[in-house]
Amino acid sequence: MSAYETQGFKLDNSGKRVVVDPVCRIEGHLRVEVNLDENNVIQNAVSTGTMWRGLEVILKGRDPRDAWAFTERICGVCTGTHALTSVRAVEDALNIQIPENAHLIRNIMQLNLYVHDHLVHFYHLHALDWVDVVSALKADPKKTSELAQSISSWPLSSPGYFRDIQNRLKKFVESGQLGPFMNGYWGSPAYKLPPEANLMAVTHYLEALDFQKEIVKVHTIFGGKNPHPNWLVGGVPCAINLEGTGAVGAVNMERLNLVKHVIDQAAEFVEKVYLPDLLAIASFYKGWGYGGGLSSQAMLSYGDIPDKANDYSAGNLLLPRGAIINGKLDEIHPVDLKDPEQIQEFVTHSWYKYPDESKGLHPFDGITEPNFVLGKNTRGSKTRIEAFDEGGKYSWLKAPRWRGHAMEVGCLPRMVMAYLQPQRYPMIKDTIDRALKQLDLPLTALFSTLGRTAARGIETLYCARLQQDMFGRLMANLKAGDLNTANIEKWEPSTWPKEARGVGFTEAPRGALGHWIKIKDSKIDNYQCVVPTTWNGSPRDPKGQIGAFEASLLGTPLAKADEPLEILRTLHSFDPCLACSTHVMSPDGQEMTSVKVR
Amino acid sequence: MTETFYDVLRRQGITRRSFLKFCSLTATSLGLGSAAAPRIAHALETKPRTPVLWLHGLECTCCSESFIRSAHPLTKDVVLSMLSLDYDDTLMAAAGHQAEAIIEEVKKKYKGQYIVAVEGNPPLNEDGMFCIQGGRPFIDKLKETCADAKAIISWGSCASYGCVQAAKPNPTRATPVHKVISGKPIINVPGCPPIAEVMTGVVTYMLTFDRVPELDRQGRPKMFYGQRIHDKCYRRGHFDAGQFAEAWDDEGARKGYCLYKMGCKGPTTYNACSSMRWNGGVSWPVQSGHGCIGCSEDGFWDKGSFYDRVTDIKQFGVESNADKVGGTVAAVTGAAIAAHAAVTALARARSKNETNGE
Repeated sequence: MSAYETQGFKLDNSGKRVVVDPVCRIEGHLRVEVNLDENNVIQNAVSTGTMWRGLEVILKGRDPRDAWAFTERICGVCTGTHALTSVRAVEDALNIQIPENAHLIRNIMQLNLYVHDHLVHFYHLHALDWVDVVSALKADPKKTSELAQSISSWPLSSPGYFRDIQNRLKKFVESGQLGPFMNGYWGSPAYKLPPEANLMAVTHYLEALDFQKEIVKVHTIFGGKNPHPNWLVGGVPCAINLEGTGAVGAVNMERLNLVKHVIDQAAEFVEKVYLPDLLAIASFYKGWGYGGGLSSQAMLSYGDIPDKANDYSAGNLLLPRGAIINGKLDEIHPVDLKDPEQIQEFVTHSWYKYPDESKGLHPFDGITEPNFVLGKNTRGSKTRIEAFDEGGKYSWLKAPRWRGHAMEVGCLPRMVMAYLQPQRYPMIKDTIDRALKQLDLPLTALFSTLGRTAARGIETLYCARLQQDMFGRLMANLKAGDLNTANIEKWEPSTWPKEARGVGFTEAPRGALGHWIKIKDSKIDNYQCVVPTTWNGSPRDPKGQIGAFEASLLGTPLAKADEPLEILRTLHSFDPCLACSTHVMSPDGQEMTSVKVR
Repeated sequence: MTETFYDVLRRQGITRRSFLKFCSLTATSLGLGSAAAPRIAHALETKPRTPVLWLHGLECTCCSESFIRSAHPLTKDVVLSMLSLDYDDTLMAAAGHQAEAIIEEVKKKYKGQYIVAVEGNPPLNEDGMFCIQGGRPFIDKLKETCADAKAIISWGSCASYGCVQAAKPNPTRATPVHKVISGKPIINVPGCPPIAEVMTGVVTYMLTFDRVPELDRQGRPKMFYGQRIHDKCYRRGHFDAGQFAEAWDDEGARKGYCLYKMGCKGPTTYNACSSMRWNGGVSWPVQSGHGCIGCSEDGFWDKGSFYDRVTDIKQFGVESNADKVGGTVAAVTGAAIAAHAAVTALARARSKNETNGE
């Protein structure tokens, strides 16, 4: 390849090649290579998932009731979402209905994950792409206080408070031991915030670090620990006992009070710290409209948070389901995870082998046989790679496509699809409209790096509120006298059919997540996961179509060719999770082939 | 000159008095008694912050997520004041070349003085290329980074034992750190993930006392892994009384009866969950109604279903030595537990008969 066009993008790999590996502040291992033209504008992008763990083959032959624990360990950042997807897949296969309390508790746990995960992403994985820590040292604490008080009623905002943090930071920097801030891109012209905004943001970076550990206590109460709380096929493992003997060892009034306290605090933090910070930072980067990539033309969401229990149809989901293609925002297509024509995975450019690599496979028929071969133009050797050849295989990620289209998944598709259905999602539309008005930006501004980051914040507020609603519904249900948390009718494998198959889906914080399970003789016969970062970080397909990461980097100018700040900014806006996305393998795929540089 | 931990605290406006109070609290939380407080104070007053290089292999990042949940000490204070987290791809500002340069710099400047913390493990199949970092196999990076380290901490069950990617048939040949690194003290801190305060407790112990904590045969700090979940379980009384949950959400479950019959692995699992609990002491798996799945034990993924009773634990066949040993120990313990349960049931039956006889 030297130059070609796809999906309305022009790719040209003739310019200077810049490699970013590792891409830090993400989950897992990702590498990106870009080609720059003479003005340091990105003309080609190559995204490589650089790890593979093989969980699907490990699941083969196991008890389906155990699968949630294995798949939960796919990712400790979006902890719980794989477990939920897994129990939903098993329940779909075995036609198990869960009790109302279990339904509400699961929703609370999933919403709780959103709030925690998005908050940690914004402050601890993403903020340093926009916030210059060293510049914060030059801020006037009094002006910082004025800024903070002008945008929020959050009480920790006095000049003295910001001065203390600034002093601590100053002495930290002066010590010469910069820890996680070492070798950062401080002072780069790509940073646009004034010192006062930087000091406010760094202060909240530390405050959010203290606070995030409180949010997850909801998981601890219902699931026993976080990360990796416990789940159960047929319901939730925590029993409820409000007033009887032994209530102290179950979910009781004290536990429920703690849940309420935490979710109210979380909603307040999101409303008074996260969203004001987000909008304040965004106002200084309005001119930086890069990174839209596929978002304006192809978006996918499976939807999540069922309103009524045991109904996973699109009309019952409080986060929307649908697909938008060819940039037609007025048409949201229905999505069916069981339709073999809709979701397919390709491996032309992935380190796997198919009998016919010009075709994609639906996950029910998925094959994952590793095949680590490098393209003939690869620079370096097998174990010392300088630059990949995107003409050959170049990633441990497969390339999933929806009806042949490369799609972006995540908060932005969810929020845009909700915005387009205001009668069903009025709060989301309202919050987006207010944010756009405050920033004086049109709706199309959402299709950008900043838009993705903003959508995540808006979704967090929605989920924080929805979590409060779900808690109210749980209390109402308990008041009505229903204490059930598990349906054990089909707990024993002797009650299962000889063969069964099912699909479970969620919206992980990072996007559409699906698990496909086949059960045979009470054991897992095949298990396939298609996860958000596989969609977003996918390599090319047989037609040369690029995935969302690669598309989003094209056309972006770098302030300095040797500092990947803008690349990080855009990649982080997707919140990549590579441990999730690196695919698993088929039952017969244990043969390990050796590398050949052709 | 690099400043000391105490300097850092003083510069932050922390008084001598609060500093000493901190030391005595640390001593207490480590179970060392108040006599150790002056020694902690002295150590902190005279030492520079130790550089820590935190590497990630095949893993899910749950250990990092757990680490940032630490309530005492706060993660913020650990990172800003207690150690110098110079490399951690999950949190660091830099990426690519700028990130990799840090490892070289620390190796040179602090030769023999830095700690390597490893989350996850290296896969050995495919010449290590199931985990590629900087275009090279993770195993190379791991070996090079550990070469000049003072000590190595293996975070979690991945680094300590292999964990989920090493479950049968371990397609990538994911291998625990202690099997590929030798000649250095290695501290295994298992769990999926380990408890946050166990993680910060191990690190602060090492920084404070400038030594590796006392370890058991499996390289685990005895202070946190010396006893079984079952030994300290608040539901133990129900086990002894023969009161068990028999099904999910049954009367026994609602009354907080023992989860042994629901597959709880507490009797064979060494960890601090039942004493320290999780997330600031809010709860832990058994308290929230699900049996312990044994996530801090070697090979816990391959010991049958999480819902099998520990007596049902299958014997291991021709697996690696560690598995064999682990399997045998578990089976023996399982048998002992069965006997234990039988005795308990007998005692109960006897007292019942006696009651009836009266």
